[in-house]
Amino acid sequence: MTQLSSTDTDTAAEAGPEPDERREAWAAQLADALGDDFIEHHIIPDSDLWVRVTRESWVDAATAARDQLGCEFFDWLSAIDWLPSPYGRDMDAQEDNPQPKAADPMEQGHAGGQTRFQIVVRLYSTTEHMGLTIKADLPDDDLSVDTLIPVFAGSNWHEREAWEMFGIHFNNHPDLRNIYLPGEFEGNPLRKDFPLLARRVKPWPGIVDVELFPGEEES
Amino acid sequence: MTAVSADQRQQLAYVATQAADARLNVEIETEGMTLNIGPQHPATHGTLRLVARLDGEQVVEAEPIMGYMHRGYEKLAEVRTYPQVTTLINRIDWLGSFANEVPFILAAEKLMEVEAPPRAQWIRTALFELSRIANITLFLGDMAVQLGALTPVFMAFRDREFVLNQIEAVTGGRFHPNFDRIGGLKDDLPQGWIDDTKQAMEKIRDFCDEFEELVLGNEIFQARSRGIGIVPPAVGLSYGLSGANIRASGVDWDLRRDGHEALAYDQVDWKVWTHPDGDSFARYWVRLQETREATHIVDQLLDGLPSGPIMAKVPRIIKVPAGEAYAATENPLGEMGYYIVSKGDLVPFRVKIRSASFSNISITPWLLKGVYVPDIITILASLYFILGDIDR
Repeated sequence: MTQLSSTDTDTAAEAGPEPDERREAWAAQLADALGDDFIEHHIIPDSDLWVRVTRESWVDAATAARDQLGCEFFDWLSAIDWLPSPYGRDMDAQEDNPQPKAADPMEQGHAGGQTRFQIVVRLYSTTEHMGLTIKADLPDDDLSVDTLIPVFAGSNWHEREAWEMFGIHFNNHPDLRNIYLPGEFEGNPLRKDFPLLARRVKPWPGIVDVELFPGEEES
Repeated sequence: MTAVSADQRQQLAYVATQAADARLNVEIETEGMTLNIGPQHPATHGTLRLVARLDGEQVVEAEPIMGYMHRGYEKLAEVRTYPQVTTLINRIDWLGSFANEVPFILAAEKLMEVEAPPRAQWIRTALFELSRIANITLFLGDMAVQLGALTPVFMAFRDREFVLNQIEAVTGGRFHPNFDRIGGLKDDLPQGWIDDTKQAMEKIRDFCDEFEELVLGNEIFQARSRGIGIVPPAVGLSYGLSGANIRASGVDWDLRRDGHEALAYDQVDWKVWTHPDGDSFARYWVRLQETREATHIVDQLLDGLPSGPIMAKVPRIIKVPAGEAYAATENPLGEMGYYIVSKGDLVPFRVKIRSASFSNISITPWLLKGVYVPDIITILASLYFILGDIDR
């Protein structure tokens, strides 16, 4: 049998500019390609790159990332609901938490945001060994965005999942049906205002496994 | 017995050939047929249902239907503390459970800006590779049994046990170790474990050699898997295929080597195996080589195991600072990653679980178009999925 293998593993540091410089370059390239539709970017050194674009340029941003940055690997697509949960964190025993606290103000994460729902896609370059996360705000009164299927065929199922879990509509998606939930299921389970019934019908005993040792102070 | 003259016989033969020709010349019009495979078919590893529309023996369209085992882990993780979440995610890919915990812990560590001490990283990596071996050995037997060879699956179950015993000896759990902690590991290795593990690795190498001949060298196996289900690299990448599936299409990419996570892979000498063909045979071949490579990684890790603590200094009550982080590792099935959004609370605000099988299996509607019915089984088996990893 012929032995086929890749070239020997190169574990030495990669040549070329530092990863963070390349991340800056990626952000600049995307900003060039998208113009005003590129809103913001955020880099955590040695970690990751976040980019926020307008909803209208969602497909353009993914296309630019694929064609100009070489991010040909479609990692995943999902959404984030930034609404603080109206049910609290469902972690405390009922007696610990008699009065529900006032809800925190809504606060978006890296690269900012203005709306409750954000759509997130992660793309990766298998040659540069670096990925980026692209986000876009979705206005509450029109939770819809164009489908990424023409750019990345794999986004089909991920979009179906985001559709049923968050209620985000993907324009021009050929097959927007439930993927996990039964067809007659009502509601969008991953929205923060969708109650987790298991915790509503039976009170959780509370955080029992992180009790302090005697003499230990809470940190 | 009535005598038949030579003339009559000739005439009868003529009529018979005419009739046979006529039968052949009839345009065979088959009605489309819908074949329902699963949800409880042995080839579906659980409850993946496949609805295939057939034209004769050919698949016109095939569509997997999931959700029979959807457990909503992304929602459940939002009401659990970080240490509690590992209990859940153990059950995503249940054959390589320890490997599921690692990317989640790494993502949480990224947010907390802690790093496990070297010894913990090395043991983590060794256990990670052990779960890979436990997982892939089963695949090596399982694909063979789905192609009709019964023996390999028994051998796989038999030899996987050596690895599971080692995992159990450290973690106390054969399938759900729940052993990884933010900042390190729950415990150190038990006495004598290193020698036992090296012996087990020896046995796994024998197992790989045996399978190389028994399965890969088998003519029937080759006939049924070569050229079946070819995935071109560009298509595979656009569908998010990862792990051995994409390396079998010639893409030289492995997160163990190319990722930047805090694991000890850069401390040992190993290589990434790829195969240019992209067919079912290549996928099996790559996984077999990777299993053997994993045993070498484990051996080297155990030889060079640094001493020191196994836990970094982390608070007993883990509050993760606000932020977002994504960490992904090269799990047995492919890239598994967790995108954690934290609001500085005891519980994560949102956890997106990127599981390998979900993306790997999303290529099936494309891949199964036009194949013959027996090849459905080959392709599904060679893509290798765990249902818990699809449905989460």
